[in-house]
Amino acid sequence: MMFEVSNMSFALPEMFMLAMACVILLVTAFLGKKASSYAYGLSQLTMIVTAILIYQSVGENGGLTFDGTYIKDAFSDVLKLSICLMNIAVLLYSTHYLKTRNLYKGEYYVLAVFATLGMMIMVSAYHFLTLYLGLELMSLCLYSMVAMQRDSKVATEAAMKYFVLGALASGMLLYGMSIIYGITGSLDIATISVLLQASGWNDTVLSFGLVFLVIGIGFKLGAVPFHMWLPDVYHGAPTAMTLFIATTPKIAAFAMMIRILAEGLGDLHQHWQGMLIMLSVLSMIVGNVVAIAQTNLKRMLAYSTISHVGFILLGILSGSQEGYAASMFYALVYAVMSLGAFGMIILMSRQGFEADNIDDYKGLSERNPWYALMMLILMFSMAGIPPMVGFYAKLSVIKSVVDINLIAIAVVAVMMSVIGAFYYLRMIKVMYFDKPVHAHAIEAPADMRIFLSANALAVLALGLFPGSLMAVCAIVFS
Amino acid sequence: MIALSDFLILGALLFSLSVAGIFINRKNIIILLMCIELMLLAVNLNFVAFSHFSGDMAGQVFVFFILTVAAAEAAIGLAILVVLFRNMKTINVSELDNLKG
Repeated sequence: MMFEVSNMSFALPEMFMLAMACVILLVTAFLGKKASSYAYGLSQLTMIVTAILIYQSVGENGGLTFDGTYIKDAFSDVLKLSICLMNIAVLLYSTHYLKTRNLYKGEYYVLAVFATLGMMIMVSAYHFLTLYLGLELMSLCLYSMVAMQRDSKVATEAAMKYFVLGALASGMLLYGMSIIYGITGSLDIATISVLLQASGWNDTVLSFGLVFLVIGIGFKLGAVPFHMWLPDVYHGAPTAMTLFIATTPKIAAFAMMIRILAEGLGDLHQHWQGMLIMLSVLSMIVGNVVAIAQTNLKRMLAYSTISHVGFILLGILSGSQEGYAASMFYALVYAVMSLGAFGMIILMSRQGFEADNIDDYKGLSERNPWYALMMLILMFSMAGIPPMVGFYAKLSVIKSVVDINLIAIAVVAVMMSVIGAFYYLRMIKVMYFDKPVHAHAIEAPADMRIFLSANALAVLALGLFPGSLMAVCAIVFS
Repeated sequence: MIALSDFLILGALLFSLSVAGIFINRKNIIILLMCIELMLLAVNLNFVAFSHFSGDMAGQVFVFFILTVAAAEAAIGLAILVVLFRNMKTINVSELDNLKG
């Protein structure tokens, strides 16, 4: 038997993050109550150094390593870099929330760093086994994160629902993987894609396995009809945890979908296209229509997430390189927007008060014109109104389905984004035209205010100059 | 001689049982956790059967990892269950209805 020495340098950022996660775990274990601020500092340091490590390796030759189970390419570099950068902001926002809620414990940061490691493994996985392990590493951390507020009924209930449906999703995904393994005899994404190029496969059996894979991915992304967990978890989880769940894990799930469907099973495109069309159209319709009826902002944003997932699926179902690039652009933009939106909820909340009802934002423009403006930018962007970046994201995914002559689906997408504009604009109406009901000042520390303003302004700036990010997404898929 | 299809049918049966258990069961969360375990075991059976009949070891290695992850998953599931019971004083699935809308 021959053993080749793997090229460890491809996984250097992950190794660093793993080492640091263990260090943070030990610090938390040995320092007890004092550990929180050390854990926070160390986890921020981890994110920053990992981002630098990834940035330094951008443009270097990539390739497969660890016996073909792990890949470093432009796609993984860009997504891992954005996951690390966004998590810096996530940790910063959530720390303010945790401090005022008696949840400021080192465990949160341990879980956050391990979850980030899981996401990075998902993005770089090129083998069903690594993909599954990355997915579980991320999911298990997220389940326990939601359950961290141990005295809250809703948080523990949300954690239970998230756990059961998340485990169901993993089971579905695994069953699909086992069928694909049985047919092709390989777990390796590269090998599977080569094997499937040959003709003569039994289409029925392949579709059987494929259905389970698509269901599993649909659960993880939160596409209708597999969305049941998403509103409950977003609503029930403490806002800091919702912020975490709503941003970077979606990027990782997107990467998983690209790795499995586009790179592994790309030759079955005509089989999975129909399934994704159903998921995408249903997600856009249900997400946007049900969001109108919500009075809780976190729940409304959860349904808006479902509709955004529908749009992300649009680009993937087109099956073209331009479509994948458009979806990737959308996924990144979505993560930045929801980072800002949930950040605003944390900013407006304070000890003993959750600003998670839409009514809590009444008259925000009188109380605090600057943050009302920031929220306006974020809401306009989510609604897809130019010149915010959300418009270009919607435009590019819709263009990708028009390019493959699925005009009907493009029409549905446009109609649904018009319906969706209603509840985003209602938020702006509440902020700008209603009378304030209370006049509490914002208590957040300066670093959070600066980051959040930069976050919202980045949405505007990306909308004014979308070219560079779009070019990056296009290069990844060329 | 037991054929590959026999293993697959058993796997599919166990898998359907566990999915049905998750959706039909309205009584007890512990049964839900058992269903999740059963689901992973059904997948394991599939992997081992395919691996044995194709002579490829990768499937059996995968099973070891699934078993390990299933153990971790059960630990977290039971921990959440304990926290939930402390708050709600019940583990009845149909009473988990604080979140609606």
